[in-house]
Amino acid sequence: MNARVDPALAKSATPAASLRTVLLQHPLLRPAAALLVLLALDAILVPGFFRLEIKDGHLYGALIDILNRAAPLMLAALGMTLVIATRGIDISVGAVVALAGTVAAMLIGGTMVMNNGAPEYVANTPMGTALAAALGVALLCGLWNGVLVAGIKLQPIVATLILMVAGRGLAQLFTDGQIVTVYYTPYFFLGSGYLFGLPFSLYVVAAVFAVTLLLMKKTALGLFIQAIGINPVAARLAGLRTATLIVFVYVFCSACAGLAGLLITSNIKSADANNAGLLLELDAILAVTLGGTSLAGGKFSLAGSMIGALIIQTLTYTIYSLGVPPEVNMVVKAVVVFVVCISQSSEFRQLLRKTSA
Amino acid sequence: MTALGSGMQPVLDVTGIHKQFPGVRALCDAGLRLFPGEVHTLMGQNGAGKSTLIKVLTGVYQPDSGAIVLGGQAIRPRSTQDAQALGISTVYQEVNLCPNLSVAENIFIGRYPRRFGFVDWRTMRRQAAELLGRLQIEIDVARPLATYPLAIQQMVAIARALHTDARVLILDEPTSSLDEAEVQTLFGVLRRLRAEGMAILFVTHFLDQTYAISDRITVMRNGEREGEYLCAELSRLALVNKMIGAPADAEQAAPQDSADGERGEVFLRAEGIARKGVLAPVDLELHRGELLGLAGLLGSGRTETARLLFGADRADAGSVEVEGKRVRLANPRDAIAQRIGYCSEDRKHEGAILPLSVRENLILALQARQGIWRAIPMRRQQQLASDYVKWLGIKTASIETPIGALSGGNQQKVLLARWLATDPGLLILDEPTRGIDVRAKQDIMDYVSKLCRKGMSILFISSELPEVLRVSDRMLVMRDRKACGEYRRGELDETSVLKVIAGEGA
Repeated sequence: MNARVDPALAKSATPAASLRTVLLQHPLLRPAAALLVLLALDAILVPGFFRLEIKDGHLYGALIDILNRAAPLMLAALGMTLVIATRGIDISVGAVVALAGTVAAMLIGGTMVMNNGAPEYVANTPMGTALAAALGVALLCGLWNGVLVAGIKLQPIVATLILMVAGRGLAQLFTDGQIVTVYYTPYFFLGSGYLFGLPFSLYVVAAVFAVTLLLMKKTALGLFIQAIGINPVAARLAGLRTATLIVFVYVFCSACAGLAGLLITSNIKSADANNAGLLLELDAILAVTLGGTSLAGGKFSLAGSMIGALIIQTLTYTIYSLGVPPEVNMVVKAVVVFVVCISQSSEFRQLLRKTSA
Repeated sequence: MTALGSGMQPVLDVTGIHKQFPGVRALCDAGLRLFPGEVHTLMGQNGAGKSTLIKVLTGVYQPDSGAIVLGGQAIRPRSTQDAQALGISTVYQEVNLCPNLSVAENIFIGRYPRRFGFVDWRTMRRQAAELLGRLQIEIDVARPLATYPLAIQQMVAIARALHTDARVLILDEPTSSLDEAEVQTLFGVLRRLRAEGMAILFVTHFLDQTYAISDRITVMRNGEREGEYLCAELSRLALVNKMIGAPADAEQAAPQDSADGERGEVFLRAEGIARKGVLAPVDLELHRGELLGLAGLLGSGRTETARLLFGADRADAGSVEVEGKRVRLANPRDAIAQRIGYCSEDRKHEGAILPLSVRENLILALQARQGIWRAIPMRRQQQLASDYVKWLGIKTASIETPIGALSGGNQQKVLLARWLATDPGLLILDEPTRGIDVRAKQDIMDYVSKLCRKGMSILFISSELPEVLRVSDRMLVMRDRKACGEYRRGELDETSVLKVIAGEGA
């Protein structure tokens, strides 16, 4: 019996070892570990953190809450990942969130009508039209960014800075700087509704993530985006439509931002042109970086960016649930981000190795 | 003026320099003597080792062996700053100054004169004006550098080099972006510095300029010092001969199997393609199964012609026909659609995408032609990659290894395969054998000849004349950004080609 087992063990030792090195060298290892550490910390510090309960057929709990709140950031991070992979950056994400949200909220609005004596709210514009209009505006925003970057060859940070200012400005102009409240119940489903026990926003994120992943893996898009990000000159000489592809990633990024804007306005039942999506672009960039994608472009990880977004949201949740005063929030966040980033820096790791040696 | 006499000591005496890079012997017993008060030109083809030698002198590279003696003392510069402190200053090809800073700031960058810990702007401006005055340049040193023409910027770079009490001034291709009048201004400055006793080492590809300014010439070939000559005693023809290497008899016994009569029909015909300031109108014709060599020195218009044919740059005159139909080549995609492929001379910047795998690099052009939606199935990609790895003898750990981990020759083979995978009718190879080892060179040339016999047209560009002569069915010689002679196989004669390249008239 023993004699039989031993060779089998010996054989499996090598694949196991190679599996271990594959795991250890996997680019998602660090972000995933960081998320797990945060979750473990929560498990200790926040009582009942992992408890999930079903109320009215809906799943409730801290984890669900984190996922639900992270949804807009996850969407924005997906779009940002592709932009960053082409060596670009899009700092107009927050402005597009505000603009798309405002357009949707204003078009839907909601008017009270009496139906058989019971008050009922109807949409000013059919919801489908309003959503299409909001996303259309987001697409136009992306087209604008893309043309400035790929056509006029402005530096991405400058090109998108224009929309960062103009987009929120337009949204404020449309609303006179007032908060637009929505009174049309079906719209709320998007950001706070439940489907099969889970928040609907999670399905939106899952769908966008799946479609993006398919696009990257099953078409040549992923390869082309990496090639452009690493060496745009060589990519052009190999026959890639570099300009078209760059326009595409900015359009995609804005579309994701627009969708995030819809989730946010639906969730808070109003559009706040001044604050909706404020600084979301920075969180998105952070999520991408935490996920292990280099700002220098090239290789990227969509899953990494998702994990990055979850790290940020979990951190925010932890800080709030620990009762840390809000004024300390930013500093704590900065410290954690600093630690995660520095753990990914190869220079720092080399330095560590040198000093420990 | 020139002192070659035994009584005079060279200010810089470099002997027996060896430098080995992984897979490449860059310098072998290279050397150089530089006397005070002379302009000494260093000549050689691409890859002859000129820039490596200069990088050794300026401390960028450390030689494996050899001696550098400056003013009687052996030195071993460890960095450019080190070399500068010792008295060896260098002005590089691209003016590496800061265009938005003032002239004075540029001259003193990194060593601003200080007073009480603050930058002393007045002293800085005064000293800058004095330095430029020494070169007889009188300009407002407070204005941003970018407001002055390139030639002046070049002078500022020289003034900056002089500031550190240089004994040796190295000018690495300073004239490549200057026009004729600007070159004359530069030469005026060089003559004044020579009169002051400065030892000047001048690196250029331009023969006219060499003869206009040099006292002596050192020729390098294959990393070795070919010889040192008095400029007045070396004819242009002899110089080009020495740069390219004496015709090797063994190599001239080329296989004559592709007899002249049986060329295929015309694949591509270009008439008067030109680009302002880059290339004078060029006509050329490529038949199926023909290998057209494009010879000439660097900057003669070889690469420029190739780039126009591939749409990498847009021609602003002339027309191109592919298989009898007039086509528009506004970008590489247009050219690829006409089944034209192009291996750039700049492998690192225009070819390889280093972090991507051999497989991804190899299928990139084919995938680009197929478009985004019709992804090549992974199994087919792997098949293509491993086939070409086998056929071309590419040495790689696996097809998923990043191309950056391969040697130069193997990277070049992958890039060749990138185009072969698209089944091109015309393949443009711009210096495909530059900087790679002899074995890989042979592999590539063998494969290229095989493709030709199968009906592919090839436009072959190389700085190595023997190589071009050996493989070409026809040869177009270029000089000074225009075509100046066409030779068929059989009438190819090395001496006459050299004469055309040197511009002496056949």
